[in-house]
Amino acid sequence: MNAPALRLTDLSKTFPLGRKMFGKSGPGVRAVHPVTLDVPQGETLGIVGESGCGKSTLARMLVGLLDPTTGTIEIEGEALDNADPALFGKRIQYVFQDPISSLNPRKTIRQIMEAPLKLLHGMNRAERAKRISEIFDTVSLREEFLDRYPHEFSGGQAQRIGIARALAAQARILILDEPVSALDVSVQAQVLNLLADLKAQLGLTYLFISHDLAVVEAVSDRIAVLYFGSVVELGRAEDVFRAPRHPYTRLLANSAPVVGRALTAPEGRETELPDPLDPPKGCAFRARCPFATEICGTAPPPLEDKGSGHLAACYHPLDAAQI
Amino acid sequence: MSFLSLLARNRLALAGLIVIGIVVLLALLTPWLPLKPPNVTDTSNRFQPIFSDGALLGTDHLGRDLLSRLMWGTRLSLAVGFAAALVAATLGAAIGIVAGYYGGRTDNIIMRGVDMLMAFPYILLALAIVAALGPGLLNALIAVAAVNIPFFARNIRGITVGIAHKEFVDAARLSGMSNTRIILSEILPNVIPVIVIAMSTTVGWMILETAGLSFLGLGSQPPVADLGSMLGEARSALITNPHTSVVPGVMILIIVMAINLLGDGVRDALDPRLKSGALNRPLPATMVARDRQPAPAQAEGILTLSDLQTQFHVKDKVYRAVGGVSLSVKPGECLGIIGESGSGKSVTALSVMGLVASPPGVIAGGSVRYQDQELIGAPYGTLRSLRGREVAYIFQDPLATLHPLYRVGDQLIEAIKCHRPIGRAEGRRKAIELLEAVRIPNASARIDDYPHEMSGGMRQRIGIAMALANDPEVIIADEPTTALDVTVQAQVLSLLDDLRRERGLAIVFITHDFGVVAQLCDRVAVMYAGRIVEEGATRAILDAPRHPYTARLMACVPELGGGKRRLEAIPGLPPVVSNLPEGCAFAERCTRVQGDCRKGEIPLENGVRCLHPVTYQEAPA
Repeated sequence: MNAPALRLTDLSKTFPLGRKMFGKSGPGVRAVHPVTLDVPQGETLGIVGESGCGKSTLARMLVGLLDPTTGTIEIEGEALDNADPALFGKRIQYVFQDPISSLNPRKTIRQIMEAPLKLLHGMNRAERAKRISEIFDTVSLREEFLDRYPHEFSGGQAQRIGIARALAAQARILILDEPVSALDVSVQAQVLNLLADLKAQLGLTYLFISHDLAVVEAVSDRIAVLYFGSVVELGRAEDVFRAPRHPYTRLLANSAPVVGRALTAPEGRETELPDPLDPPKGCAFRARCPFATEICGTAPPPLEDKGSGHLAACYHPLDAAQI
Repeated sequence: MSFLSLLARNRLALAGLIVIGIVVLLALLTPWLPLKPPNVTDTSNRFQPIFSDGALLGTDHLGRDLLSRLMWGTRLSLAVGFAAALVAATLGAAIGIVAGYYGGRTDNIIMRGVDMLMAFPYILLALAIVAALGPGLLNALIAVAAVNIPFFARNIRGITVGIAHKEFVDAARLSGMSNTRIILSEILPNVIPVIVIAMSTTVGWMILETAGLSFLGLGSQPPVADLGSMLGEARSALITNPHTSVVPGVMILIIVMAINLLGDGVRDALDPRLKSGALNRPLPATMVARDRQPAPAQAEGILTLSDLQTQFHVKDKVYRAVGGVSLSVKPGECLGIIGESGSGKSVTALSVMGLVASPPGVIAGGSVRYQDQELIGAPYGTLRSLRGREVAYIFQDPLATLHPLYRVGDQLIEAIKCHRPIGRAEGRRKAIELLEAVRIPNASARIDDYPHEMSGGMRQRIGIAMALANDPEVIIADEPTTALDVTVQAQVLSLLDDLRRERGLAIVFITHDFGVVAQLCDRVAVMYAGRIVEEGATRAILDAPRHPYTARLMACVPELGGGKRRLEAIPGLPPVVSNLPEGCAFAERCTRVQGDCRKGEIPLENGVRCLHPVTYQEAPA
């Protein structure tokens, strides 16, 4: 079997607190707890979670914009050096959430598109022009856009430009960080379909991060649910929300507004996330969990296979019959 | 608008530009003007008065021609002043960009050094530098530039810190750019306007400082004239022959005044906020410019909008954000307004209480009736007494609508005080009641929190509590849950639902989410390009949408539980509301379009604005 497109081993990030001028700083805030994950070639792995669950921190580590505190990243079997974003650039690329602010307002689209071709691949002028026109063709953008400035584009067009820029680097893995949450639904579908086409055409591997469960489910092969910096559930897309094993996933699935379901507040209790400065000892979801028992307070539950490749980090997983 | 026309809008800046232009031009032309040599002494003709023969501005204590010395001196002073500004700006900006971009320890060390420089009184520092280097014009230039570097460094650092964390900088890094290249090609172009603004406001100051050093004899050395040394030499004859000091003094005044006026103008013209009209203070209520008073509509509900039209007049374009909207909501009812961005749903809501910023907003027609009172064109006092007391708003981003420096309790009490006098203790009691009503746990302790101490969901509850503060009859909620996580959204929605049942509130709920509408709203109106395209009972529309836009938009929304699949999309974009097509605005993107769709006005009949609506037989189940 081929090496996975992306392999994370014990990847974690702790942000130091109150940097001191001299001496060591305190224990810091753990934004991402050690994550171990394989993404096979050609898969779309969806990552869902609420704000503050560490999904963007994870994504930024994967493209080298943040240094991981522990752990390693392997791309297609090769370990990556964390130091050089340019090295990352050729192997893994990032599509940003806000399409407009990810484009420099004072550069033309051509200048933006040329940077990766020139710097990562050392192409000359003629090669660059040819490549840009190929890429623009793939993402159905007109070449006359090249000499315009970012503010002249709508959100959907700007996001296509962002995708085109990521493609220009010829990376085979794309990290899509909420790529459609700034877009209207009618345009959102255009961009999602474009992403699906590109993947089929170019054999790409996606890591699709979103807070929108329905969108994630529609585009992903597998889904990882993040809560408070840890993966709490990982399974095939069609199973995760239909038959969740972790109570948090079930809470998420029941909270999403769905046409034809009556309005019910899914929980009456305090819904605050745990305080990251004073993280709970055991399971982070314990305070909100209806099934919590004593064991949940002892140590964080490990992420284990609960049957047919469906992983959950829970001492009392829901079984399929319970739902 | 071009830079020059923006600048010319400020008359004083234009005057400054003309004056400094003439002065610079004359200074540049000085070598070719028929002037006497400036440094040749002629002691027999000393202290000639102004307008004497052969010396238009008289002569100084050595009989040198003052006009000639003035022109040469101005030339020198301007050159030194501009050079000092350029040096200070370049070095200061470089320091600021490096500190701001790299951050952390680099930033700390550099900026503490800059702080030390700033801690000295500037004139003392300049004197110390000149004392160390020795007098001379070049050294004065160095001193003046050095003294001004901290100003630039601090200014530019602040701007750079903001830019260095933008996404496009991350994107550039992933494109393989090195730090140097990112600084030069991504950061620098974005800070240049700030550098220019800072320079334009400090050049005058630097000319003055150079003159000051020369006045003390530390700048230009005799016999060479600059404005400062001319003043210094004339000092001893100030009483007997005042014109020798007045001539250079007036020139300094003219230059510095002109540059400062121009600098203010440049700053205003380059400031991006000015272009978007931020310096125009909006009126307290939206302007009303109706051609005719509409016939009083029979009030069906507590709040009734009929044919409301709100436009934005920007330059010579008219954006018809709301193009004739009629709505009505009854007590205890929840009306949903759904639409994509730019469909006019928020502007409709803001128009009700005249909250659309004016200029550029104008209510161009229609009426809004609250109970039996016409709101459009009502005096500001009336509107103010109704805002919050009868019709209250909940906005999308509670972090932006709550004041960060006041405790949430005080803000709640203030909202009550706007409409009725209330004592401190009673206000507090009422505020706690409100917090309990929106189910904030431990209300009597959380009342003293600041907004940043609360989570997003808590803050939105405060927003709701504030809207409830004066027991309004109508609440207009503009995407109140869009910024919230799903689990929190579900709670906020069920809270709103309970409140309207308990208190008989009428809610106008603006959203882009069909799931939310389905759960909360009794009736729904779908907006597209500023008009309602379909309206009716929520169930009926969700089960069998009749307008093609509604049907296609609903198909675009992925539903949970559908598995991996291809999503429906609507090709194309909504029309720009400054240039609406004739007939149906959706025709361009519609698959059911026929010839008559593009002609004339299409009325809203039986709850749908379409000539060829989707019929039940062919509508997919």
